Amino acid sequence: MEPVPSVSLDMELKTEPFVLNMGPQHPSTHGVFRMRVTLDGEVVVGLEPVFGYLHRGIEKLAETRTYTQVIPLTDRLLYLSSMACNHAYVRSVEKLAGIKVPERGEYIRVIIDELMRISSHLMAVGFFLNDLGCSVYTPLLYMYREREKILDMFEMVCGQRLTYNYMRIGGVSNDVPEEFMPILKRFVAEMPHYIDEYEQLLAQNEILLARTKGVGILPRDLAINSSAAGPVLRASGVKWDIRKADPYSVYDRFDFEVPIGEVGDNYDRYRVRIMEMHQSLRILEQAMKQFPAGEANAKVPQFLRPPVGEAYGRVETPQGEMGFYLVSDNSIAPYRMHIRPPALLNLTALRDMVIGWKVADVIATFGSIDIAMGEVDR
Amino acid sequence: MTKPLIGQEIARQISGGVPQSVVDSGQSWVLVQPESVLQVARYLKTTPGLEFDYLTCLTGTDYLDYIEVVYILTSMKHNHSVVLKTRCNREKPEVPSVVELWRGADFQEREVYDLLGVKFAGHPNMKRLFLWEGFKGHPLRRDYL
Repeated sequence: MEPVPSVSLDMELKTEPFVLNMGPQHPSTHGVFRMRVTLDGEVVVGLEPVFGYLHRGIEKLAETRTYTQVIPLTDRLLYLSSMACNHAYVRSVEKLAGIKVPERGEYIRVIIDELMRISSHLMAVGFFLNDLGCSVYTPLLYMYREREKILDMFEMVCGQRLTYNYMRIGGVSNDVPEEFMPILKRFVAEMPHYIDEYEQLLAQNEILLARTKGVGILPRDLAINSSAAGPVLRASGVKWDIRKADPYSVYDRFDFEVPIGEVGDNYDRYRVRIMEMHQSLRILEQAMKQFPAGEANAKVPQFLRPPVGEAYGRVETPQGEMGFYLVSDNSIAPYRMHIRPPALLNLTALRDMVIGWKVADVIATFGSIDIAMGEVDR
Repeated sequence: MTKPLIGQEIARQISGGVPQSVVDSGQSWVLVQPESVLQVARYLKTTPGLEFDYLTCLTGTDYLDYIEVVYILTSMKHNHSVVLKTRCNREKPEVPSVVELWRGADFQEREVYDLLGVKFAGHPNMKRLFLWEGFKGHPLRRDYL
């Protein structure tokens, strides 16, 4: 007869890490981002982002289009700040081909860029608060109210509300209409009041403070080392803004500050965005005062053939430094186009930011980075 | 303004620090041997006066005869930049990984591997970034149709 197996009396409780799959279909992954989160109980011990669900091969598509035909593709990168992507691209082509944009064109671009920054930051802050569960949808809908005014202005200049295709090599597609400036003036006058209103609503909000202060810290050195950019980098205390560090367009003519955070937690990333909106309004005010008359567009041939060579042009989009690396072989299409993706690179350090925190903090920290999958996956 | 450093001058400095690594240099770029990329990168990152602490952009281009890998480096301390390049053969392209110096290279090297097929030796997680494992070919090569 076989011996009866002895029953272990060792009753010690053991935990085992398990893998939780978040996304690609998840309400707070801002598109189709997927993370494989390794958990020990409720605590995060590992995170691996999985990309590619929105990969459309924009860099490959660009190789079969003329330089002007690429512009609509750039709208599909950071779709909440398409104008800035347009600007990054046309600036690179202008650098490659040596085209100078008339002053009025540059001023229009700056005005449009700063409006885009306000609109994008409104959405970033709104969705972030939504992810945190601050009275679900209330702050977000307030921010939609203000964004709507910006979208109306964009509709006025180019007829579109999301994918603008507005900037052109050597200028913009249309000069701003006469009615634009008075409306912009009213917006700039009203907006500080609204930003203060959001702050009052939220500065004392206990949920916001408890879930953001000290959570998801990105230390200064790691931020630089992992090529973070934009508000994520600045929240970690690095004073680096392409508009100041490497001024393009006419940004060297304006007086504005670069707000930075102290520790690099979720709260700092939120604060930096709020403060940047104030600075954008300052730039808009000055740009309106200096707004010159004259032509907005340079004369550029329809089929541009830049000389053989390469160029890297960059602008500070609301998400950070976006650059286009272009290689020309003197044909009408780029030989190679590479996009430096700010949001993808901001995700590099996500793992370090969330390890040791709870699952719910992953959502909050991820939300504070502000990504758009169109640009992460390209 | 971010000052683009003169390629020839940097090339001279690199030759002093890492002998026999520089192949060619131009107005704003330095071309180095693929084997010595890591040493050159370490030299550029740690030498006082250069201190390239920020990897702005890492990408590649297929020129049909060779594949060129491009590193755009920036120093936040001195606010200057330089373009480092290397050329590897198309059949078996391999370049040492710089992830140990700049974490920002992590996804970018995986992207270059995915779309151009350049292997980065020493990368801790050398997998495709966007396309799935088992995908045939590398779409950003010029002969991929």
